[in-house]
Amino acid sequence: MAVRDYLRERFFPHMWCPGCGHGTILGALLRAVESLGLKKSEMVMVSGIGCSSRISGYVDFHTLHTLHGRALAFATGVKLSRPEVKLMVPMGDGDALAIGGNHFIHAARRNIDMTAIVMNNRIYGMTGGQYSPLTGYGALATTAPYRNIDHGFDVVTLASAAGATFVARTTAYHVQQAKDILQKAIAHKGFSVVEILSQCPTYFGRKNRMGSAVDMLRWFKENTTKIGSKAKAENPDLIERGIFVEKQLPEYCSEYDKVLERAQSGGS
Amino acid sequence: MSDNVKFVQGNEACVEGALYAGLNFFAGYPITPSTEVAEALSSRLPQKGGKFIQMEDEIASICAIIGASLTGHKVMTATSGPGFSLMQEGLGYAIMAEIPCVIVNVQRGGPSTGNPTHVSQGDINQARWGTHGDHAVIALTASNHQDVFAITVDAFNLAETYRTPVVLLFDEVLGHMREKLTIPDPGQIPLVERLWTSVKEGVDYHPYLPREDGRLPMSDFGGVHRYNVTGLFHDMWGFPSADPGVVHGLLRHLVDKIYNNENAIARYKEYYMEDARTIFISYGSSARSALHVVEYLRPRGVPIGLLELQTLWPFPSRIVREKCADAQAVVVVEMNMGQILNEVKTAVDRPDSVYLANRIDGTLITPTDIRNILRVIQGKGV
Ligand SMILES: Cc1ncc(C[n+]2csc(CCOP(=O)(O)OP(=O)(O)O)c2C)c(N)n1
Ligand code: SF4
Repeated sequence: MAVRDYLRERFFPHMWCPGCGHGTILGALLRAVESLGLKKSEMVMVSGIGCSSRISGYVDFHTLHTLHGRALAFATGVKLSRPEVKLMVPMGDGDALAIGGNHFIHAARRNIDMTAIVMNNRIYGMTGGQYSPLTGYGALATTAPYRNIDHGFDVVTLASAAGATFVARTTAYHVQQAKDILQKAIAHKGFSVVEILSQCPTYFGRKNRMGSAVDMLRWFKENTTKIGSKAKAENPDLIERGIFVEKQLPEYCSEYDKVLERAQSGGS
Repeated sequence: MSDNVKFVQGNEACVEGALYAGLNFFAGYPITPSTEVAEALSSRLPQKGGKFIQMEDEIASICAIIGASLTGHKVMTATSGPGFSLMQEGLGYAIMAEIPCVIVNVQRGGPSTGNPTHVSQGDINQARWGTHGDHAVIALTASNHQDVFAITVDAFNLAETYRTPVVLLFDEVLGHMREKLTIPDPGQIPLVERLWTSVKEGVDYHPYLPREDGRLPMSDFGGVHRYNVTGLFHDMWGFPSADPGVVHGLLRHLVDKIYNNENAIARYKEYYMEDARTIFISYGSSARSALHVVEYLRPRGVPIGLLELQTLWPFPSRIVREKCADAQAVVVVEMNMGQILNEVKTAVDRPDSVYLANRIDGTLITPTDIRNILRVIQGKGV
């Protein structure tokens, strides 16, 4: 199936600004789905609220557009009640880790089989550029006119500590890597987290004088490196890209089958 | 006692009713005085192949049941005051996206953490207006365990019939008190099952295109039809729309589907109402005390009766007005500052003959309390 066939074309033009990284992530995601040979009707996408969450409108899957921060909670109900579907949950950084932070760590802890994609543009795009839990110390935002004094989360460390069994990071510049990682994350059985750095030229870029979308993409190229590279050893400030965690642990829905068995055989 | 006769708490009667109705997915978070509902379902549901999950909070709980309802299951969550406050955004989502679900609120004293282990009926208006935006909601209650069972079954039936969340407003006394419950045989109470679409696989299905009778057939999410669901105003495809015509049409539909059926949704019970000159209007555990007073005064020749409301929202205004037409005094017995009182005043022809008999200290209002207030109303002093 061609990538195009996964889109709901009647829903276009999309709402993203020119140069926004979210569309690139959609492209990588669809190529990953295509490479896995998945059918549209096996795929469920649950999203919250934000520019990133609008991605669910554009794909011709079973799509559930929910509340700000709550996508993983809705997704848990969908997956546990219909375990056979392939479930992906794209989220903004605010959606996933501010308002939705609690659901994020608990979904990871349960190791329920779904792919959480954190489309990290370090800003609240939809509401016009306020600081998020990933904006980082010293950056500017419409609600941090004197520079942000909040420290950001490290999504990879957080997800790993919370128990996610697949954790990876890449950027909207590294589209081939994004596709490869997403492909592995979707195929992984358990809770997978993929952080993808995305550019918001309209707010984060403009506020922080990062230049155009192209300049922001160049920033991703120049400020990231492969996990464990020599460059990282020389320059510890570089952000690592790649797969940080990939392990097999009992998955929640499979474990629930054991609960059913025990309940029905009268055991405990 | 035969197998289907039990001596149970009200919370267990609710569980039995839910299982009878076909509940097969529950998500919740512990809170007094509703916790027994979750505890009982954690053991009962898996025995019949259903799913129970304890979520990280009440927000997650209501979101999880909405997701599970969409995939084709009968779902429920249970909570009390603070948890019900957290559920309001999810409740609005279920109203907007028209997703059947049942939300139990075993009321305790509020506001805030309030009076966790004591009774109150303080969440009646919250059930009506707790979530933002103009909307309609169905809320039901009952005053004894047999009725708790039956009204719980009814809640599932109404949720499926109108594709809407239904709130069950019980209270601490009902939830924890033990009483006899006879479980009806299967089939004795009719069940409303999900209305599934007849649209074939491969043919476009419109999740929000009503049939001629106004009902919206569903297709299990993740199944044969692909469609979008959103909490934004949406068209018949479920796609977001801010078109004024679409917005107006959808909001009107959401309100009309409930309010045009006010009488069909109204559940109530009448005691000694034929010739009553003084009428108690009450509901939930306070209706027990009101009934006690009626049964005490009747043999003493007092023409007094009780109208027990089981449907609180939509408020059965027409029925209340009709039943109270000949009353000299209408006394609303409730455990709050007059939440149903105001509805009754609005409904009847002579609002100045409507009085409040209430108690708000976390103690069940007693027959003596009610009789004393009645004497004051009658100008006799206590
Ligand atoms: C309960 C609630 N609070 C706040 C909002 C407003 N809101 C909508 S999107 C958003 C943040 C979006 O930022 P992010 O999740 O990072 O996604 P982005 O738009 O940057 O892709 C906020 C605060 C809301 N919709 N609901
Ligand atoms: S505001 Fe930012 S995140 Fe939102 S669409 Fe525009 S560029 Fe993308």
